[in-house]
Amino acid sequence: MNHYTLWHALVGGILIGLASLLATVLSGKIPGISGVFGRLLVAATPDKTWRAVFLFGLIGGAALSFALWQSAALFRPMRPLVVMAIAGLLVGFGTRLGGGCTSGHGVCGVGMGARDSIAATLMFMVTAMVTVFIYNRVAL
Amino acid sequence: MKAGKLVLFFVAGGLFGTGLAVSGMTDPARVIGFLDVFGAWDPALLFVITGAVGVYGTGMLILRRVKNQNPQLPSARSSPIDRQLVVGSTIFGVGWGLGGFCPGPALANLGALRVEALLFVPAMAIGMFLAHRFFGADR
Repeated sequence: MNHYTLWHALVGGILIGLASLLATVLSGKIPGISGVFGRLLVAATPDKTWRAVFLFGLIGGAALSFALWQSAALFRPMRPLVVMAIAGLLVGFGTRLGGGCTSGHGVCGVGMGARDSIAATLMFMVTAMVTVFIYNRVAL
Repeated sequence: MKAGKLVLFFVAGGLFGTGLAVSGMTDPARVIGFLDVFGAWDPALLFVITGAVGVYGTGMLILRRVKNQNPQLPSARSSPIDRQLVVGSTIFGVGWGLGGFCPGPALANLGALRVEALLFVPAMAIGMFLAHRFFGADR
């Protein structure tokens, strides 16, 4: 497991799909990460417990994988920290306004063939590609 | 909620975090490599999303056919493609391209206490709070 291949990408994707499926059956909701996390920040959310437990599991599973496999622990910072903070603000705001992120829209919504999720996914993918294109040409 | 069900939620989260890490999506260079279509393009994210969408889509199809077993599965009906969806997804795309983090990988990297994640996640929480507070975003 120490040499990364596209098999890792495929197997990891399958695990993400299975995890989303399990969380859907358990919660009866679409378990997109931005929604699961974002609704923890809303006082009126009635079902905070499973959301917190699911996210602790996510962080724990990642931590264990980082410890077990070198290829999983690979982390190459690409941006200055100030850019990361701005990016976080935009990702938080945009995912809640748009009703989903790469998992809620990109995996679950697209997986179910929902038209709004397919539209959202195309939009954030293209916008992100344009952003990278521009960033690579203007960043000092 | 019963403890057994919460354990299963923890397992689901654990699988999700493992999938993110194994797939390489917790490495921003790999994500930005995928988004950099005019540079040295990295196809890995396409394989991740294919695996995830394939399993989730097939799984949901099967679950919907198994009657009487799952009383409450979320609707697959599309919400309207309105201005909030368009503006929100566009802003998300800009943030994703800038940082190379979407919400899942950002949280997963808290598991390694990486400074990028420790900065990104609180900023993301503030952005979410603003969307809730001022735009009533709760789709």
